[in-house]
Amino acid sequence: MRNWLSAVVGIAVLLLGTASWAFDAQTAFKLASGESDARIAAIDSVIADDDADAIPFLQKLLDDSVKISKDHAFVVDDSGAATDPVTGQAATLPDDADDVINNNRIRGEIEAALAALKLSLPDRIARLDAAKALQAGNVDASKLPLIQKAVAKEKDAEIHEILVQLEAVIQLNSPDKAIRLGAVHALGESSSPSAKEVLSSRLASSDETDADVRAAITAALKAIDRHMLGYEYAAEVFTGVSLGSILLLAALGLAITYGLMGIINMAHGELMMIGAYATYAVQNLFKSHFPELFQFYPVAAIPVAFFVTACVGMVIERSILKFLYGRSLETLLATWGVSLILMQGVRTIFGAQNVEVENPSWMSGNFTISASLVLPYNRIIIIGFSIVVVALVWWLLTKTRLGLFVRAVTQNRAMASCIGVPTARVDTLAFGLGSGIAGLAGVALSQIGNVGPDLGQHYIVNSFMVVVLGGVGQLAGSVLAALGLGVVSKFAEGLTGPVIAEICVLVFVIVFIQRRPQGLFAMTGRSAEG
Amino acid sequence: MARPELSQGLMRRLYDGPGWMGVIAGFGIIAILIPLLNLAVPETSAFHIPDYTVALTGKIMCYAILALAMDLVWGYTGILSLGHGIFFAMGGYAFGMYLMRQIGHDGSYHSDLPDFMVFLDWKAYPWYWKFTNHFVYALVLVAVVPAALAAAFGFFAFRSRIKGVYFSIITQAMTVAFMLLFFRNETGFGGNNGFTDFKRILGYTIATPQTRIVLFIVTGVVLIGTLLVGRFIVTGKLGRILVAIRDAESRLMFLGYNPLLFKLAIWTFSAFIAAVAGALYVPQVGIINPSEMSPANSIEIAIWTAVGGRGTLVGAILGAAIVNGAKSWFTAAFPEYWLYFLGGLFVIVTLFLPDGVLGLIHKLRSKQKS
Amino acid sequence: MKDVGGTPGKAEETGEGYGHVLQPGLDTTHGVMLYLDEVTVSFDGFRALNKLSLSVDVGELRVIIGPNGAGKTTMMDVITGKTRPDTGTVFFGQTMDLTKMNEPEIAQAGIGRKFQKPTIFAHHTVFENLDLAIKNDRGIWAALFGKLTGEQRDRIDEILETIQLTSLMKSRAGLLSHGQKQWLEIGMLLAQEPKLLLLDEPVAGMTDHETARTAELLKSIEGKHSIVVVEHDMEFVDTIAHKITVLHEGSVLAEGPMESIQNNEKVIEVYLGR
Repeated sequence: MRNWLSAVVGIAVLLLGTASWAFDAQTAFKLASGESDARIAAIDSVIADDDADAIPFLQKLLDDSVKISKDHAFVVDDSGAATDPVTGQAATLPDDADDVINNNRIRGEIEAALAALKLSLPDRIARLDAAKALQAGNVDASKLPLIQKAVAKEKDAEIHEILVQLEAVIQLNSPDKAIRLGAVHALGESSSPSAKEVLSSRLASSDETDADVRAAITAALKAIDRHMLGYEYAAEVFTGVSLGSILLLAALGLAITYGLMGIINMAHGELMMIGAYATYAVQNLFKSHFPELFQFYPVAAIPVAFFVTACVGMVIERSILKFLYGRSLETLLATWGVSLILMQGVRTIFGAQNVEVENPSWMSGNFTISASLVLPYNRIIIIGFSIVVVALVWWLLTKTRLGLFVRAVTQNRAMASCIGVPTARVDTLAFGLGSGIAGLAGVALSQIGNVGPDLGQHYIVNSFMVVVLGGVGQLAGSVLAALGLGVVSKFAEGLTGPVIAEICVLVFVIVFIQRRPQGLFAMTGRSAEG
Repeated sequence: MARPELSQGLMRRLYDGPGWMGVIAGFGIIAILIPLLNLAVPETSAFHIPDYTVALTGKIMCYAILALAMDLVWGYTGILSLGHGIFFAMGGYAFGMYLMRQIGHDGSYHSDLPDFMVFLDWKAYPWYWKFTNHFVYALVLVAVVPAALAAAFGFFAFRSRIKGVYFSIITQAMTVAFMLLFFRNETGFGGNNGFTDFKRILGYTIATPQTRIVLFIVTGVVLIGTLLVGRFIVTGKLGRILVAIRDAESRLMFLGYNPLLFKLAIWTFSAFIAAVAGALYVPQVGIINPSEMSPANSIEIAIWTAVGGRGTLVGAILGAAIVNGAKSWFTAAFPEYWLYFLGGLFVIVTLFLPDGVLGLIHKLRSKQKS
Repeated sequence: MKDVGGTPGKAEETGEGYGHVLQPGLDTTHGVMLYLDEVTVSFDGFRALNKLSLSVDVGELRVIIGPNGAGKTTMMDVITGKTRPDTGTVFFGQTMDLTKMNEPEIAQAGIGRKFQKPTIFAHHTVFENLDLAIKNDRGIWAALFGKLTGEQRDRIDEILETIQLTSLMKSRAGLLSHGQKQWLEIGMLLAQEPKLLLLDEPVAGMTDHETARTAELLKSIEGKHSIVVVEHDMEFVDTIAHKITVLHEGSVLAEGPMESIQNNEKVIEVYLGR
């Protein structure tokens, strides 16, 4: 019994061994020696066998680290020590060993072969690189089986798309019309510029003589354009929404301090900047003291930034704004002065250059839907963050006592004071809230863009635009305005370039305010002074 | 009962005795004393006024004219413009076009076109550069274009009854829009480098002390002239109407005055003055670029007026001198601290000195009297 | 020529029954100075004026009373152009549609308004306030180069006498007492030489003496001007009123001389409650 079993095992091992030992010394020699055609044939056979063991040797060939003697190939490293290409063990290099010379054609074939073989590696990044390398290099029918095998196995959407395309590209050259048509259809489904290129060049070349296939290619090109347009459109909408979400965070604090309380705070942008720098500081703290928890630093930064900027805001309110209530123009000027001081303060403490704020790993990377539609994770998360913040603020203003007091004080200060609302304290807290939200906007900004002392300057005009456009005093209006402005400016950017787009947006807002002052400018109501 | 003389002699109306003495003294210093001490007195003497002082004072005088323009619309009429830098810069650019033309073939590329156009590979001047090699045409551009922009903007803004901070914010938006526009190379105004490297004006080399002094004197004369015209306006009925607009615009409307008319008039005039200031500024400073249109610059104009004392005209000149003098000193001695000082100035003046330095002096004087 | 009826020949004498050529400006040939018809104004759903109709004759002194919120000030706003009615017509004389004119135009056409709260130019002197109000060219050129004529200066002096502020001519208006400010504003109103005066609570906050003087003043200018007074002080109303209009919830509740109003059931209900 045991004998029979060991025989079976022995034969099985032999068979399996034979299968995996397709890459042997002979094959290695064939790969490294002889005429180009013969070598390429050897490469093709290696591909056909899908032998992953050949990968290291092929790499060495490419690195010009192979020498051959009469019938054996050797891998030679920089020091001159030779190893056996199959076993990896040390070997003595014969004196008559010659360098292997790879011309460009051979090189190309080896690279493509390597890529094709790497398609079955377990590491995703390696497979992705291999697929991309194949895309960039020359693919021909010899690679087809491996590619098709990979297509069948591949689970990752991005890699799969590339492989399907590669398959189609190869099949485009097939003598069989039906296969070619199938390939054209497959390529027509995609939305990548490379597929478009392949089809166009096929159409342009004189290789494709069949009228049906030519017609199919034309149709497929149109289909690709449509898909691309669709994805590009979606990409612009996404970027617009992302920009809108940032504008919203920036404007939300302003909607409270200006929309509700009527305070023109020109230092609002600088409060955002402080929030971003607070995030930077938290990041550094984590880096130096809690490196294992580094991934969580943004979560810690949120309350820190909120608290710090809320405090700064409350200090500003108590020391300056309290004495200027009702005098908007003076408030504007005084807060401008505060913004200068804050900016210079940050320059003194942190330096005038931009500082480095990294995304934690769970925020890095992209969510790829297609080649034209790549959604960065950090932006997706920020959009979610904005929604959460807006919801919290709405809840705070409408469902809590503080919110009730804030609304009472802003609508009728005297009356609120009469019924016992501590108006001064409510003012301070409300302004602190608005400032804290600006700090949160700063946290978001730090994850998306550069952090420098003049970060706030870019947003101040736009933030006021959002509040004024959306309707002073109305949260819902600010939300709509922010999103609207974000999306519209992104689309305008696509049409005219960023500078003209920004100018158009500003002009639009100026004109819009004049046509529709929303009843806040025109003199209505009882007061003679308007 | 004696009636207050509303139709006094013009001179007496503009200023009383001491006032006119001040004006004449100022004129004397600008037109006679300083030129003498710069040109005639040798450099080794302690009395010599160096070239850079002349240039600095000339620059500050241009700012003073700009501050006067601001005082007319803000101090008297209550319109806080945070975009006056636009008119100043446009005046500067308009005159700058002439100066660029005057470089002739002396630029780095020895071509008919200015260097930046050669960079852009342009072969000819765009249409809006036509005739700019004529001095008078350049003056016309300075006088007309910024004022026209102001009139258009003001018409739509005032007609929609946009007031107060809303107005201020849209002037900010306007200046940002233009700044972005002028930063583009394709706009044809030198992009972010702007215009510089001027060689000649009216045939005279710019970089000589004589030309500088002439520009200096011209600026001084314009400053005094603007002051007197300003006095004429504010001491007359128009001035009273403007103050009425500031204090109780609706009341004025119900008296039958159309505020749009008056606001538009003073706004356009103010833009014109600002443009002239810009045109005088450019040859003296030697450069104009889009950062002159930055929102920060325009906001600073407001603080000059506020520091000196709003609604006094002389206060505007004083404020411009104080703040810009301080800026020169700080940026040379303690550059790190300039922005702290400026920011602090904004806060302190709005909190404690609503009437500016002049107001403070006034208060102290009346305290002394009583 | 066709006889339109009446005494034969009279038509040719009086022009009765014939139309007349329209002249620009105020046309009061039919004796009506102000005409409101079915004026409605809503603010955010609240009906401030509800199909309000009333008319004021040339030379009349009409008093408008009504509880707070009845729409008195809104009515003034509509007449002076500050608020546009949602529906209804507002005419000044025969031909001037006030809903199509803006505030300065309406003021120049000859309607002067005195506000509830004295609204004068605080930084200007008393004289300057009147100087601004005096009827003259409201354009820019006049503002830059115009001068007060002797006639205008006399008129200002006259008004100063009437409002008893001659000695305070050079004082800053902001420093006057409340009653003096009210008088200054009335003075400014007179300086405008309006054909129709709208006075919103002119004696609010005045002493009895001042109130009596105000009544005297109004009676002296009645006839030459048409006057509409909104007031709460019933004693004052009694001294000046001929015809009273009672407003309630945005429309006219009752109209008539003092006694009929005082005895009107509906008015009593509205003012005193049930």
